[in-house]
Amino acid sequence: MNAIILTALWGVVMMFGGVFFKKRTTPKYWAIAGIVLVLVANILEFFGHPFFNVDTKGMLKFDSFGLHFNTIAFICTLLFFLLNGRDFEKIGHHVSEYFSLMFFVLCGLSILSSFNTLLLLFLGIEILSIPLYILSGSEKRNLKGNEASLKYFLMGSFSTGILLMGIALIYGGNSLGSFYIDAINLGTGNLPVLIAAGLVLILVGMSFKVSAAPFHFWAPDVYDGAPAVVTSFMMTIVKVAAFVAFFRLFQSSFGAMQYQWQTLIVVITAATLLIGNITAVFQRSVKRMLAYSSIAHAGFFMFTLFALNDTAKEGLLLYAAAYCLATIGIFAVVIKMADYSIEGFNGLGKRQPLLALTSVIFLLSLTGIPLTAGFTAKFYVLMAAVKDGHQLWLVVLAVICAAIGAVYYFRVIQAIYFKEPVPGVNDEIHVSSSFKFLLAVTAALIILLGFLPGLLIDWIYY
Amino acid sequence: MLGTYFTFPELLIWIPFITGLIAIFIKNNKSVKMFALLSSIATLAVSVISLCYSDVAHHHEFFYYNNVSYVWMPYIGSSFSVGLDGMGFLLTFLTAFSYPLIFAATYKTDHKNPNAFFALMLLTQAGIMGVFVATDALLFYFFWELALIPIYFLCSKWGGEKRIFATFKFFVYTFLGSLLMLVGIIYVYVHTPSVSADSAHSFSLNAFYNAILSPHQQDWLFWLFFIAFAVKIPIFPFHTWQPDVYEQSNYPSVMVLSGLMVKMGAFGVIRWILPIFPLAVAKFDNLVMVFCIIGLLYASCIALYQNDLKRFVAWSSIAHLGLMSAAIFAANNLSLQGVMLEMLNHGINILALWIIVDIIEKKTGVRKISELSGLAAKSPALAIFLVIIAFANIALPLSNSFISEFLMLNGLFQFNIWFAVFGTLGIVVSAVYMLSMVQKTFYGKTNGLVEKAQKMSAGQGIVLFVLVIAILFLGIYPEPVIHLTQSTVTDILGRIPLK
Repeated sequence: MNAIILTALWGVVMMFGGVFFKKRTTPKYWAIAGIVLVLVANILEFFGHPFFNVDTKGMLKFDSFGLHFNTIAFICTLLFFLLNGRDFEKIGHHVSEYFSLMFFVLCGLSILSSFNTLLLLFLGIEILSIPLYILSGSEKRNLKGNEASLKYFLMGSFSTGILLMGIALIYGGNSLGSFYIDAINLGTGNLPVLIAAGLVLILVGMSFKVSAAPFHFWAPDVYDGAPAVVTSFMMTIVKVAAFVAFFRLFQSSFGAMQYQWQTLIVVITAATLLIGNITAVFQRSVKRMLAYSSIAHAGFFMFTLFALNDTAKEGLLLYAAAYCLATIGIFAVVIKMADYSIEGFNGLGKRQPLLALTSVIFLLSLTGIPLTAGFTAKFYVLMAAVKDGHQLWLVVLAVICAAIGAVYYFRVIQAIYFKEPVPGVNDEIHVSSSFKFLLAVTAALIILLGFLPGLLIDWIYY
Repeated sequence: MLGTYFTFPELLIWIPFITGLIAIFIKNNKSVKMFALLSSIATLAVSVISLCYSDVAHHHEFFYYNNVSYVWMPYIGSSFSVGLDGMGFLLTFLTAFSYPLIFAATYKTDHKNPNAFFALMLLTQAGIMGVFVATDALLFYFFWELALIPIYFLCSKWGGEKRIFATFKFFVYTFLGSLLMLVGIIYVYVHTPSVSADSAHSFSLNAFYNAILSPHQQDWLFWLFFIAFAVKIPIFPFHTWQPDVYEQSNYPSVMVLSGLMVKMGAFGVIRWILPIFPLAVAKFDNLVMVFCIIGLLYASCIALYQNDLKRFVAWSSIAHLGLMSAAIFAANNLSLQGVMLEMLNHGINILALWIIVDIIEKKTGVRKISELSGLAAKSPALAIFLVIIAFANIALPLSNSFISEFLMLNGLFQFNIWFAVFGTLGIVVSAVYMLSMVQKTFYGKTNGLVEKAQKMSAGQGIVLFVLVIAILFLGIYPEPVIHLTQSTVTDILGRIPLK
């Protein structure tokens, strides 16, 4: 509850602050102060000290899994603000409002990690999405940004409609007439028609939100068109929150009859893995490549929904942390560049040794090389799938796709270390020493989780 | 006492690992070279001392110097456990022995960014050591990949013009192979019995040996593991990355790749495939051996027509490894004993060959066999070394390979006479290409290119001398190696009930 209320409050504070802040740099510090406050409040709640006692009639359930996920998401957001806070000033004049919108997104995220009824799921999704429609179009003069925003909005509202239809069918279909996700749980019996139809619609709606194939078509254009800072936020924290909601809903409502709908997940997972990885190979722009790679990673996230066991739960959090840290890190470097093409990275090893080294660690983590968090995360989700014991070919397909992933991530690594710099392209990259320090911290976190994943996982069982 | 504070396998990993990290900060070319050489000598010293404590069968107290286990990820049943058995002693020794020789032989070569170069070399060594000592499947996989990353950077950064693509091909091949193995590891893990209260399954080697797997499961798990190792060795038809990488890379990396990393594959098959999937091995051994023998003959024929010395050595290496892999799958006492010896011998011989090719290229600036002629007149010492090393490659009596190849062929003969026949044919072809190479490059008229050649350095001379002594010593008295590895061979064979 702490996180939901404080993020909403701080969003309002930031919104009105925009009137009073004289300097353009001020909002960044307020935002950082806000996220630290939210983070601390959330951790206090995790250890049993909620500030607010609101009777939600069981519509929200604050379990250790959800609160722990909040902590991970807020830490990532903090890192993101620290690394890229200044870059919001490049988008436009309303810096304070951008931060305000992001706090509203975080409010939606906190609801999605603790919802207990389908109504709040819907509310959470909407609170999460609407600020993003604005943010992705925040660069008013940029045509691609406007296109991205409009596309995202149209497709997003359409998929919300589908999700809502699914919720309605589930509500009407279950004998209790209840929105509570536990009450929907029908045990292991056969799926009634209405519930089955509702389940498919919810699955489609959620797949859209997490950009799983074949509902991914908006993702590359939106991620590519939106300002790079916003993309970084959307691709990581927002996407992961949608996955947590997806997992929460399917585990509590439909977990018992998993094998009746698992085939759908199998198809979606396979398609997402293949489309994301294969298309990413052909991209020339690092930003667009990362957009496709985020679809590819959605495929790996889908494994947690495929398996739905305890290992999947652990894997989901670990993958969320690994993916967010690495993507935020590599995006922080990309944002600093004028040219987003792969050639823009040529010779980075000579120009900016520390940026180069940390970028390589982020890329290795995204590839899934041992000793980085990316490996342990992949390892956990694959282990969850193998423990499930069904459809093992899917796991083999996943590792083949991971090898394809190496092709495009390593292309950037090759550019960084083995190619000569192109004169005139990204000649001057200005970064502060605190930026370098934070990148190093992010990389260190990735390596730490790479050999001690227990540091993160153990808290689920606190 | 060394062993009471640190066990040997730990030291073998941590010395190169930590010195590798330190080496990054030594920017001076000369100091970092000396530092790397000293580090590798320290590792060699530990390895040699560890050999004195290798007789675990008779001195049970030595066991504690060679095995250790730390809690790592208890909730999934994985621990940082490392240990040395006979095969481990042999291969860690080979690794520790090769490194100082590699550094010494290429001491005169200057690399761009020497600090990064030597740091990556030492990190590779740590990874290779880790593979040979890991007794936990997950840890094994960690080291398996960790050895790959530094060597990828080494071969991509320092080498010929097409190095980036060639190395990348190698990387993707091996990475895909290892990921498939990872799926296999997880699958076997899910079928292991529990060994501790913390988790339902375990990644420990013993748990893997006791995993309950039906014949059908073994069938496809076998291939998941096999592809990873086959790419590394490499076994036909997974060898296509090798000649390109060997041709394009710098010499120290190639020596590590061909002398040591290849053994990781053979080691993997012996440690992780034979005992865990005995039924699948019994089912597929003929098929795999056919591929090995095809690879042997095919690579030998190509070696006959190679003009580039680096590619020549690459193909001859594929040929020798074909025979070795076939012998592994014959899986009887003689063949496995031969494989153990051959792993050491191949490491020594190919290292020596690379050093000679390196010297020739440094001296004359070319490595085309057709452009070289009459080197012997210019450099008789090198000629003598090369002839001995060539004889060792052909497996002439008195040279080290004679005994190992004799044992392997004998083992193949017991398994199936036809494999032995074709294997011997491969050795005959190897004599043809080796001797014709020696003849073309070292004898005949001295041409202009060779005329300008300088003398080899003292370091290279000493290294070659040491290697030749090792070749002759192992050719006359291989007993210590056989004694060292006998326990491993017996143990592995004991786990294959059908043989």
